[in-house]
Amino acid sequence: MSDVQIWTYALVALSFGLYIGIAIWSRAGSTKEFYVAGGGVSPLANGMATAADWMSAASFISMAGIISFAGYDGAVYLMGWTGGYVLLALLLAPYLRKFGKFTVPDFIGERYYSKTARVVAVICALIVSFTYVAGQMRGVGIVFSRYLEVDINTGVVIGMVIVLFYAVLGGMKGITYTQVAQYCVLIFAFMVPAIFISIQMTGNPVPQLGFGDTLSDGSGTYLLDKLDGLSEELGFAAYTDGSKSTVDVFAITLALMVGTAGLPHVIVRFFTVKRVRDARKSAGLALLFIAILYTTAPAVAVFARTNLIETVSGKEYDQMPEWFSRWEKTGLIAHEDKNGDGKIQYVASPEVNELTVDRDIMVLANPEIADLPAWVIGLIAAGGLAAALSTAAGLLLVISSSVSHDLIKNVLKPDLSEKAELWAARLSAAVAVVVAGYFGINPPGFVAAVVALAFGLAAASFFPAIILGIFYKKMNSKGAVSGMIVGLCLMLFYMLKFKFGIFDGGQEAVAGLQENWWFGVSPEGFGSIAMIVNFVVAIIVNTFTADPPEEVQEIVENIRVPSGAGEAIEH
Amino acid sequence: MSEKQKKATAYWRENLKYLTILLLIWFLVSYGAGILFKDALDSIRIGGFKLGFWFAQQGAIYVFVILIFVYVRLMNKLDKKYGYNED
Repeated sequence: MSDVQIWTYALVALSFGLYIGIAIWSRAGSTKEFYVAGGGVSPLANGMATAADWMSAASFISMAGIISFAGYDGAVYLMGWTGGYVLLALLLAPYLRKFGKFTVPDFIGERYYSKTARVVAVICALIVSFTYVAGQMRGVGIVFSRYLEVDINTGVVIGMVIVLFYAVLGGMKGITYTQVAQYCVLIFAFMVPAIFISIQMTGNPVPQLGFGDTLSDGSGTYLLDKLDGLSEELGFAAYTDGSKSTVDVFAITLALMVGTAGLPHVIVRFFTVKRVRDARKSAGLALLFIAILYTTAPAVAVFARTNLIETVSGKEYDQMPEWFSRWEKTGLIAHEDKNGDGKIQYVASPEVNELTVDRDIMVLANPEIADLPAWVIGLIAAGGLAAALSTAAGLLLVISSSVSHDLIKNVLKPDLSEKAELWAARLSAAVAVVVAGYFGINPPGFVAAVVALAFGLAAASFFPAIILGIFYKKMNSKGAVSGMIVGLCLMLFYMLKFKFGIFDGGQEAVAGLQENWWFGVSPEGFGSIAMIVNFVVAIIVNTFTADPPEEVQEIVENIRVPSGAGEAIEH
Repeated sequence: MSEKQKKATAYWRENLKYLTILLLIWFLVSYGAGILFKDALDSIRIGGFKLGFWFAQQGAIYVFVILIFVYVRLMNKLDKKYGYNED
């Protein structure tokens, strides 16, 4: 075994041991502990847990790579996935905490005094969470297969067993404290290589400043200017300019922000703290912890892109360093010598270009490209697994509580005892893990595409219903339900039409449909339009139907003031 | 309207005022500086960064974090002023 493999095995085994230890220590004894960790989590712990919950395999492995190929356009993810926390902290978290129930469908169901509303909310939560969780299990499998050289499917099964263990045993309580540990692992694993590379390239130990600094070769050239120059020389757009239209950048950013604020597995984290002020504070801490990774990612993107171009472009294929052939074997990087000159042509024009690079390689292989020590390379696997497992666990909890609490306890069988409900919750968590694992092993082609769209779905369905529920006292059930249904269906329709082309002859037709996009907005950004439609429909229907009952209006007045939030109420 | 309700309404008004101001800043740094006025701001440089690009990939995120902590402070004060604090 190589040094890198020994380090990887050791670090992964150590981190898994830690998660299992925490799971045994924090078993859940009641439904309240299972759903909201007993409601007594400190703001600091909740902030870290939220950050780990939120940052998935995509944030850790793929985001820096996406940015390094998209340049300025990558800002949609950076702003979109952080700006949503401002909305969460200011518009949602404090009031939902004051409301003090267990799940998002709980809020929708009671605020809109209707079982239909609750069931619609459960369906939205399940669609959003399942599409998202399948991607995470796949991420676990990929990390295992690339670093530990086991089969992807074996990797997925190992991941399933670990998540099953602490999610089923500990519920929210177990998940919260393992997520705290996972945050520490993943942020350390992300920062160490970034700092090393920043020092190497610019002499500046802070990556956030380093990528705006001059190169350490003494030429006095700024790194970004050099990258802009290199990109244009090869026929790409300048790195600091993008190629998407302003309208689309605007729409995608908005859809991601609002979607973030509407994701049930993020919202539910704010039910776990003690007081309303703790909910506000932990939203701030969560964003701070997330921002550490999100402000480093664009720096990593610039370092990696520059390194890659300098190492490969126009160089002899035979002279490539060892990592090149190692990653060639995984299929993440490929060279086809089209003009037979033995050199690698890496340019924008598809006829001349000879190099295909998977964007994930930018984080996965970055430490090797920069020639960092073996233990740093080993860290990446532990970090990627921490990111994928923590998000998967949070999503599984939403799925299990939607089924056991919202469907079984509140709709189908209201006389269920607490003990039986706890077992129902455990059982649905177990079933959800197995289903997620199945999709991880047999990923339906649409998973990758749909994960990005999960945000659009959340934006189009939950966000308006919750906002109106808090800020518009007279909002009634019929308005909110019609808004949610119209928003969700419109989003699904747009997705099917322009992402999958099912009305125009399938996947091949998709590229040709681009000019028909409504208002020039891509399917990824359409969530913002569907959200606006949801708001408009809800308000119009509300105008023509009866006001909500007095006691519901009193609930709304009550959640607007913080005192007496009490603990999450059993019912 | 009872005394209690009046208090709650006044508290809510002040809260909405804070929200409006903070969300305006939220909009200006991200959609304003990072997207709509990006090209104009790019003519200004700080070190190696063009300003519009910097706002889109760095600055907006820093401001987001600050905004939430400012809100936490403002609301904790407001809670005390109206006697809604829970400690």
